[in-house]
Amino acid sequence: MGHIIINSVCKEYRNRRKIARMDESIKSKFQDPIPVLDKIDLEFNDGEMVCILGPSGCGKSTMLRIIAGFEAATSGRVTIDGNIVERPSSDNIFVFQNNGLLPWMTVWENIGLSVRQMQDSRSRREKIAEHIEIVELEGFEHHYPHQLSGGMRRRAELARALAVNPNVMIMDEPFSGLDFITHMKMREEVVNMHKFTGKTTLIVTHDIDDALIMGDRIVVLDGRPARIKMNHQLDFPRPRDFQKIPALNKLRQQIFLMEGISYAV
Amino acid sequence: MKPNKLKTHNLGKRYPFLLTGISFVFMLLIWDLLARFSGWSSQVFPGPLPVFVSMGELLRNGTLLKHTVASLFRITIGFYLAVMLGLPLGMLLGRNKTCNTMLNPIIQFLKPISPIAWIPLAMLWFGIGDMPAIFLIFLASFFPLVVSTTITVSTINPVFFQVAANFNFTRMETITKIIIPAITPATITALRLSLAIAWLVVVAAEMIAVRSGLGYLILDSRNALRMDYVMAGMIVIGVIGLLLDFIMRRMGRLESTSWQRSDIR
Repeated sequence: MGHIIINSVCKEYRNRRKIARMDESIKSKFQDPIPVLDKIDLEFNDGEMVCILGPSGCGKSTMLRIIAGFEAATSGRVTIDGNIVERPSSDNIFVFQNNGLLPWMTVWENIGLSVRQMQDSRSRREKIAEHIEIVELEGFEHHYPHQLSGGMRRRAELARALAVNPNVMIMDEPFSGLDFITHMKMREEVVNMHKFTGKTTLIVTHDIDDALIMGDRIVVLDGRPARIKMNHQLDFPRPRDFQKIPALNKLRQQIFLMEGISYAV
Repeated sequence: MKPNKLKTHNLGKRYPFLLTGISFVFMLLIWDLLARFSGWSSQVFPGPLPVFVSMGELLRNGTLLKHTVASLFRITIGFYLAVMLGLPLGMLLGRNKTCNTMLNPIIQFLKPISPIAWIPLAMLWFGIGDMPAIFLIFLASFFPLVVSTTITVSTINPVFFQVAANFNFTRMETITKIIIPAITPATITALRLSLAIAWLVVVAAEMIAVRSGLGYLILDSRNALRMDYVMAGMIVIGVIGLLLDFIMRRMGRLESTSWQRSDIR
């Protein structure tokens, strides 16, 4: 479960701003659709952890949102396990870049959203408690999100996503805004969680190191509209260390070059 | 910073009732002085003492209670009607673009018309009695409630609706788990403001269409040239307004809004 096929997906945004005072040529240019994704073809295998890398504004979040069903592709289609994605579904849970926890619900109630369809209230409680334990938030069950630190909030949201038992986990920049140490810890936790659950996991990031350390595969998007610049299987053993795996380090420098920046300054 | 300076700043926090009491006593003092030295007779500008004596009279013979109950009854019915119809309509307008485009201009057109301007029509339609006053109170609080609810609902963070879609919320769940909790804090403020407007209008309405209520008490006393009764009525109106506001403010501190507060337990 969790086999994703992205079939020549294109996405265009239309600029609705009216620029009345400008001359015709500029006007027509502004009203032209803005292409964001250009014929993206990808296939993610069941249980794979895929890191999607690219500079900000290159359309990687848009791609995720199309996979999650929040936005429709202009053309092409996404299928998950043979079903065409048309709308959001609890089979593919999206973990939001900016807090997606409902601020008026405690950690317990937020995770409870995932299991609210369970009839038996005892097993429902057990399930919530189990997931709070997985992300080590015991003692914070009845705290509201604003009372938690940034890292704890992400862990709570991760627990909520896991409790649904989705086929696919979709994470949009899960580490943005965290301090360095929390970032490292969360990274480890996500990798462990993936090892533990074996769910297909898509992670959008702009951090090259994150992508190389975490991913079973790395996809690099670039350009406007975005095209796939690299689609590379990472068969390196874990735990991964740039110092110990020269090939990994080489790949890293290669990506740096590809993005047009020099690694050594 | 000097420590004793800090203490002065905390005075209002430490003795809130004492400070408020002092300023009220001060107000009474100024009132008394003005009445004494204005040169007007006590019939034209009674001081606080004769007014409180007359107020005691009105309290004892039950007139004051009767009129207060009549006013409170009207405001309760009118205000509840406005809340029952205004909040759902506001939610609809805040979420549904088609409804908003259709109905919002009409509401914006009706909103600035003072409820007082409706008095002739209200009397013609509903005759003499409670109905025209209730109708005016309804009008006075309905439009501000609709407008503020529309705005609050339309500014709910769209991420929460995406979470709702992702977790397969039903329409009802979206209303009860997202919209209502999200708008509760702002709605309590809106209720507070519109209740104040309604209280202003009830007095005006009672001066015209009915033979009971605090507005009627004031009008009737003027006809009898009893300025002490007029002032007694005004004081009761002020006190009840203060109490209503106090109750609404207390509501703002209920459990349902505690997720916002930072000082929670």
